[in-house]
Amino acid sequence: MVVLDNVPSAVLVLAVGVLFATGVYLLLERSLTRVLLGFVLVGNGANLALLIAGGRAGAAPIVGNADPAIPLSDPLAQAMVLTSIVITLALTAFVLAMAYRSHQLNGHDEVQDDDEDRRIARLALRNEAAWTDVDAAETGETLDEEAAEVHDDIEESLQVSTGPAGGVATGSTGEEGEP
Amino acid sequence: MTWGSATLLPLPVLVPLVSAGLTLALHRHPRAQRVISVVALSVVVATAGVLVGLADHGPVVAVIGDWTVPVGINLVADRLSALMLLVSSIVLLCVLLYSMAQGVADGSDDVGLVGDGDRATPDEGDADEADRRDVLPVAIYHPTFLVLAAGVANAFLAGDLFNLYVGFEVLLAASYVLLTLGGTGDRIRAGSVYVVVALVSSLVFLTAVGLAYAATGTVNLAQLAERLPDVDPAVRLSIQLLLLLGFGIKAAIFPLSAWLPDSYPTAPAPVTAVFAGLLTKVGVYAILRTQTLLFPSTGPGASRVDQVLLVLALLTMVVGILGAVAQDDIKRLLSFTLVSHIGYLIFGIALAGSASTAAAIFYVVHHITVQTALFLVVGLIERRGGTTSLDRLGGLARVAPGLAILFFVPAMNLAGIPPLSGFLGKVGLLEAGVRDGTPLAWVLVVGSVVTSLLTLYALVKAWNKAFWQQIPDEIAAGDVGEARLPRGMVAATSALVVGSLALTVLAGPVYGYAQRAADALTDGHSYVDAVFPGGGSLGVGDSAVEDPAVKTGEVGH
Repeated sequence: MVVLDNVPSAVLVLAVGVLFATGVYLLLERSLTRVLLGFVLVGNGANLALLIAGGRAGAAPIVGNADPAIPLSDPLAQAMVLTSIVITLALTAFVLAMAYRSHQLNGHDEVQDDDEDRRIARLALRNEAAWTDVDAAETGETLDEEAAEVHDDIEESLQVSTGPAGGVATGSTGEEGEP
Repeated sequence: MTWGSATLLPLPVLVPLVSAGLTLALHRHPRAQRVISVVALSVVVATAGVLVGLADHGPVVAVIGDWTVPVGINLVADRLSALMLLVSSIVLLCVLLYSMAQGVADGSDDVGLVGDGDRATPDEGDADEADRRDVLPVAIYHPTFLVLAAGVANAFLAGDLFNLYVGFEVLLAASYVLLTLGGTGDRIRAGSVYVVVALVSSLVFLTAVGLAYAATGTVNLAQLAERLPDVDPAVRLSIQLLLLLGFGIKAAIFPLSAWLPDSYPTAPAPVTAVFAGLLTKVGVYAILRTQTLLFPSTGPGASRVDQVLLVLALLTMVVGILGAVAQDDIKRLLSFTLVSHIGYLIFGIALAGSASTAAAIFYVVHHITVQTALFLVVGLIERRGGTTSLDRLGGLARVAPGLAILFFVPAMNLAGIPPLSGFLGKVGLLEAGVRDGTPLAWVLVVGSVVTSLLTLYALVKAWNKAFWQQIPDEIAAGDVGEARLPRGMVAATSALVVGSLALTVLAGPVYGYAQRAADALTDGHSYVDAVFPGGGSLGVGDSAVEDPAVKTGEVGH
């Protein structure tokens, strides 16, 4: 195996830890710019971790060029880190563009809440159905009441004024005012 | 490198990537763009079809650039990969055709046209004002879509952890662009949540790759499978959990799923359809692959992560579907059912038996087609009714009976009404759960039946609201929506619906294939043996291909 001394230097490990800690702190912010900085920090931390996973630095891993006495560095880890650095760079550029666009549109770059979610939550607080009956809005009757009337035509005995809960959930809201 | 079946393997990645470059260069020629995209994805479908046949005789391995296996990149197509690739490429092709008919693809979208400080947030109703042929700086839809296809294919075929990471990044980067297409306020809002969450999951994944490399000195999946059992259990567990965390965010497993219903519905219909159908499933695929190959639940030092996954599967199902019941917008409702049904897949994976894995694989195939079809239908509903809000829709069954059929069939399929494929997949899962017999498995069996019923409830509610009842004035007066739906959109949607029905008719063979795939996965040896024939970690070329019957005849595409 190419891997030589696999024990990384403590300084680098510490650096990874610091990068992750500070990065995570920034990722928890609301502003996209800070999130971006957090992403850059954690991304560099992850890349550094990947790099030192290849072991200590040795000679340049070019076959035939290096002093055979010195063990080669692990080229695989370096190749992978190079790839992930490029990916990190591209994503940084994208988030930067997105933060700018958000600033352009809203005057700030904060990650916003989902309005729809809030609306549903408010409905739930008021214990209202999330939707109303189109038919009820027009005829003043819920589907169940209409169904009950149809029933009445067939079976005179069934005089139901308020339909039992059928297969259809009826959203009785304020819209159906007059009976 | 001789011509062999392994030559086919890079095609699903390379063809879309090269075509993406071509379409970008030809951005002033929308027609050429369309032709290239359709041809490229058709080639991928054909390749995937051939690979499905080849992989049935044993995994196909391709070594890229003749670098020996543990060092270089290898692509592996076993039955699972090939099947996923085939289904996803068919879905991608259908969605591409749909989006071309819709007009989002040919530059009539408002890409890059939104002026400074434009606070108006037109949903794609604006983009849908189809014939507006604005000259755009770059029509980015086609290239991005093709890059997405390449990323998905790369993720499915990757034979090493790092290549899997690259595949994920490629498809995620493409998805960022697609989700924020046009840069309208809504999409930027939804996109920022999506992008931040996805970035975090990628970082977690990358860290896990680094840890795995530090612990074992390799990222090759086959070699990892050989070396991980010797690693200290605590280290192995942390690698496993980190991978699960990264993939779990992508697959939208319950505590990590909150981003999904928030971000998907704002995108254009075809984009949402592709995301819903494929992106979460790539995460599920990665979980399935790593759990079965790297961290098998039997054998020395097996962890009890499966139990955690079972609990999460239950929560995903129940919480997801309860969310769906509360929604009054079809897109959001479907997004929640998507989250909920990821729970079924995790259920199958967590049981970790051959039967349950087979059921999970079948269910993935079913769910990709059906969920995508449903989102495409919702795109049609939005066209016809001018909205996706259940409050403002109604009477579509009378106005557009064909649309009603297109919605009804996949909706019932998703809810698991017999004899459709959703029912078959669920029965398979329930059977595996019952056979497992542990109390937790029984709880999950009950949970999945309840979820199935609630899915039916949510979808029937959507049906009642959108397709029955009286026709709202706006629709009746023709103020909103178009009476005539574009034929291409209808055709592409119908193709997917018919495809999902074909999955029901051909359930026997497909389930058999899934069973063989699951047997190979739970056995674990065939994958490693295919990558390292003879057990050595020395370089192998096409000799890894086990199937001697395949010759160049089929390769000529």
